[in-house]
Amino acid sequence: MNGLRSWLARRLLLGAGQTVAVVLLVFALTEALPGDAAVALAGDQPDPARIAAIRETMHLDRPAHERLASWTAGLLHGDLGTSLTSGRPVSSYLADGFGPTLLLAALTLLLLVPLAGGLGVLAARHEGRLVDRLISSVTLGVYAVPEFAFGVLLVTVFALRLDWLPPTAVGYGDDLLAHPAALVLPVLVLLSRPVCSLARLVRAGMIDALASPYVAQARRYGIPGARIRYTHALPNALAPAAQQLARTVDWLLCGVIVVEALFVIPGLGTVLINAVAERDVPVIQGLAVVFGCTAVVLNLGADLATYRLVPRTGVAA
Amino acid sequence: MYEGPVNDPRFPGLRRRGFLAAAGGAAGLGALALAGCTSPSGGAADGGGKPRRGGKLRAAFAGGGASETLDPHLANLFADAARAKALFDKLADFGADLAAEPRLAASWEPNSTLDRWTVKLRKASFHNGKPVTARDVLYSFRRIADPKKAFRAKASLEPLDLKASRAVDERTVEFALKRPTAEFPNLLAAFGAYIVPDGATDFDTKPVGSGPFRFVSFTPGRSAVFRRNDDYWDGAPYLEQLEFLVANEESARVNSLLGGQVEYAHELSPTTARAHEGKGQIEIVRLRNSAMQAFAMKTDRAPFDDKRVREAFFLLADRKELVDGALSGAGEIGNDLFGKGYEYYADGLPQREQDLDRARHLLKKAGADGLRVTLDTSAVAAGFTEAAAIFRDQAAKAGVRVKVAMGSKDSYWQDTLESGTLCCYRSGAMPIESHFSQRLLSDSTTNATKWHHKDFDALYQQAQSTKDKKDRAAVYARMQRRLYAEGGFLVWGFADWILGTARTVRGVAHKAPANTLDWARFDKVWLA
Repeated sequence: MNGLRSWLARRLLLGAGQTVAVVLLVFALTEALPGDAAVALAGDQPDPARIAAIRETMHLDRPAHERLASWTAGLLHGDLGTSLTSGRPVSSYLADGFGPTLLLAALTLLLLVPLAGGLGVLAARHEGRLVDRLISSVTLGVYAVPEFAFGVLLVTVFALRLDWLPPTAVGYGDDLLAHPAALVLPVLVLLSRPVCSLARLVRAGMIDALASPYVAQARRYGIPGARIRYTHALPNALAPAAQQLARTVDWLLCGVIVVEALFVIPGLGTVLINAVAERDVPVIQGLAVVFGCTAVVLNLGADLATYRLVPRTGVAA
Repeated sequence: MYEGPVNDPRFPGLRRRGFLAAAGGAAGLGALALAGCTSPSGGAADGGGKPRRGGKLRAAFAGGGASETLDPHLANLFADAARAKALFDKLADFGADLAAEPRLAASWEPNSTLDRWTVKLRKASFHNGKPVTARDVLYSFRRIADPKKAFRAKASLEPLDLKASRAVDERTVEFALKRPTAEFPNLLAAFGAYIVPDGATDFDTKPVGSGPFRFVSFTPGRSAVFRRNDDYWDGAPYLEQLEFLVANEESARVNSLLGGQVEYAHELSPTTARAHEGKGQIEIVRLRNSAMQAFAMKTDRAPFDDKRVREAFFLLADRKELVDGALSGAGEIGNDLFGKGYEYYADGLPQREQDLDRARHLLKKAGADGLRVTLDTSAVAAGFTEAAAIFRDQAAKAGVRVKVAMGSKDSYWQDTLESGTLCCYRSGAMPIESHFSQRLLSDSTTNATKWHHKDFDALYQQAQSTKDKKDRAAVYARMQRRLYAEGGFLVWGFADWILGTARTVRGVAHKAPANTLDWARFDKVWLA
C-alpha cells in the first residue's frame, strides 16, 4: 500500500506539472493567433483609434508576460480572472457552462458502460458467428460517421420528420432536466462513437481472456461458464477499456463542441468556442486549467481502476 | 452589418455571430434637414388580418455567448442591437431608404449655418415612470463619447461638441457641432446611440429604457425575456412577451423554427431559404439591399494607382455570375456604387457589364498586360471565398492572373485595411453619406480603398454645409459619378438578409434592410 501511496504522490506531482504546461502552451498559442480581443471586438470597423482604445481598456497594451504573471498571481488566490469582453468573472462562465456539460456527460456515461460492456461480451461470446459479425460491422460503421452528420441525420428523422423529439434544446437553458426529451438526441450522438470503440475493446479483451490459461484452468475446476465470464475474464477485458473510458469522459467533460452547437446546449464547449473567437484569453486560460485538471484526475482514476481490476499487471507511473 | 460566416465552408459546425457594421458612422450624417418629417416606415408586412394582442414570441439569433451584455452602448452584434431596440429608444432611426426618421426626437431644426441644432423631445417615459428629458439625452451621449471608453457609437458622435451642447428646458436639447453638418439627424440614428436614464451604469441586472418592452430576465448567451410596455409612446406592442434566444449554429436556428421551438429565426442561409420558400411550413423573409458585396482596390498603390487598371477591373466582373455563385442567387447585382435603393443613390448611371475586350485594351494602355494580382479573402462573411474564386476565373479570361490568398477570419478586417492591394469587402446598410464619411474621406478611419482626394473631401464638406436638400443631392450625385468612373470599390452585388418566421407571425417588415428601424422590430409584430 505504501508503494501505491508514493506512486500516487508522484502521479499527482506529474499531473500538476502537466496542467501547468498545458496552461502555458494554451497561453502561447492564443498569443500566436492573429489578432487579439480588441481586433476581434472591432470586427469590420477596424478603426485603429478604436482598437487602441479597446486595447487600453482591456489592458492588452501590457506585455504578454506581465498579463500572464498577473493572471497567475490571481490563480494562486483561487481567482481565475475576469473576461476581457464582458468584465464578468471567469469562474461564473465556468460555473454556468459546467452544469449542462456535466449532465450530458453523466447521462452518456450511465448508458455507455452497460451498453458497451454488454455488446462487447455478447460479441465475444459469439466470436466469429453472425451476432459477432453484426455487432462488429455496425460498430465499425457508426464509428466512421462524424458526429455532426449523425446529429443532423437524427434531427431530420426523429425531430422534423417523425416529430417525436424536439430538434434542439433552445430556450431550455439550465433546466434541461425538466425537458428530458430534448436530451435524447444529444445523448445518442454523444454515445454513438464511444459505444463503438469501447465495445470493440471489450470484445477483444474478452476473447483474449477467454483463451487464456487461467480461464482454461478455471474451466478444469468446473466453475460455471457465467461465473468464469463475469468474475474471471471480464475484469481483465475491462482494463484496457477503463483507460479508453477515461479518455471518453475527458472528451465528454471538455465540452462536446459539435453536439452543443448543434443542439444549442450552453455548455463548456460553447464557452470555449466563443472565448477563442473573441480572443478572451482569461476565459480560455480558465478553461485550460479546468480541462487540464480533469484530464489528470480522470487518467489517474483510470490507472487506479486498472490496478484494482488486474493487480498483477502492476501500475506504471 | 456583417453577415457572420453564414456559409462558412471550412467550419460547418462552427458558424458564429456577426458583428454589425455600424450604421451611421464617423462624422455626421444624414437626411432631412427639415423638422418632423415622418415617412411611413418600410412596408410592414402583408395582410394577415387585424393585429391581435397577446402571446409570446421567441426569436433565435446568433449571439455572443457568455460575454453578452444588455448595455445598449456596447451593442456590437445583431442580437445586441435587437435586444437594445426592444428595451431602449434612439432619438432617430433609419427608414428603409436609410433616411433618418424621428423617434424620441419629435423634431430637429438647424440654425442657418447648420452647426447648431435644436432637438425637441417627444413626451415619453422610462420604464420606471420618469419622463425622458434633455438631461438623459446629454448624459447618454456624453457616456458614449467618454474618451476613456471605447463605445461603438463614439466615432459617429465625433462632430458633436458636447461641452457646448446644453439642455434648454426639460424637453429641448441644443446641440453644438464642431462644423456644419447638414446630415445631423443621421448622427442621432447612429448604431448604438441609445438614450438611457441620467446616471445609469448597470444594465445587466435591471435595465431601464424607454423602449416598447420592459426587462424581465437575462442570462448572457442563452436568453433574454421582456414583457410589453403598456405605456410605450408609439403604442403598446401587441406581444405580451418577447424572448430572445441564442443559437449560433444556423442549422439549429432553422431546426428550432421548423420544430416550433421558436417563432422567428434571424440570419438564415440562401440554401435554407430555397429549401423552405413557398413550402408552407415556415415563412421566408428576404430583406433586400442589406449588404454591399465588393472587391476593394487600394487606389494608392500599383497596379491600382492607375485608374485605367481600376476601370479594367470594373469590366472584368460578370456580376450576375458572382451573385448566382457567391450569394446563391440571394441578392441583386451592383453598379460599383454603395447604397442601391437608398436615399441619394445615383440610379441614373448605366449598369456596368462585363467587357473583356475593353478591359484588355485598357490594361494594355496602362502597360499592365499579363498582370498578376493577389486577391485577399477569408471565410469571414458569406460568399467571400466563393466570390474570390469566381472572380479569379473571370479575370483569367482577359489574361489577368489573380492569386487568391486566404486570410484569418478573426482579424481579416484589420489585416486588409492597410495591407494588400485587392480584397473581398462587404458593408452593411448605412446612409450613403455615412459611407462617404467613414470610408472615402482622407481622414476616414476605415478607408479600405485608400481613396484620398482633397477635391472629394471638399465636395463632402460642401454637401454638409448645403441646407437645400436638392442642392445637396446634386453634390452627392457628383461624388458618386466620380466613384463610378474611377473609384476603388468594385461593387458587384447586394446580398439579401434572410429571416424565417413561423406561419402565425404577422407584421414582420419585408423591406427594411438589416440595421434599420423596422428590422428586428417586435413592437409591431403579432401572432395570428
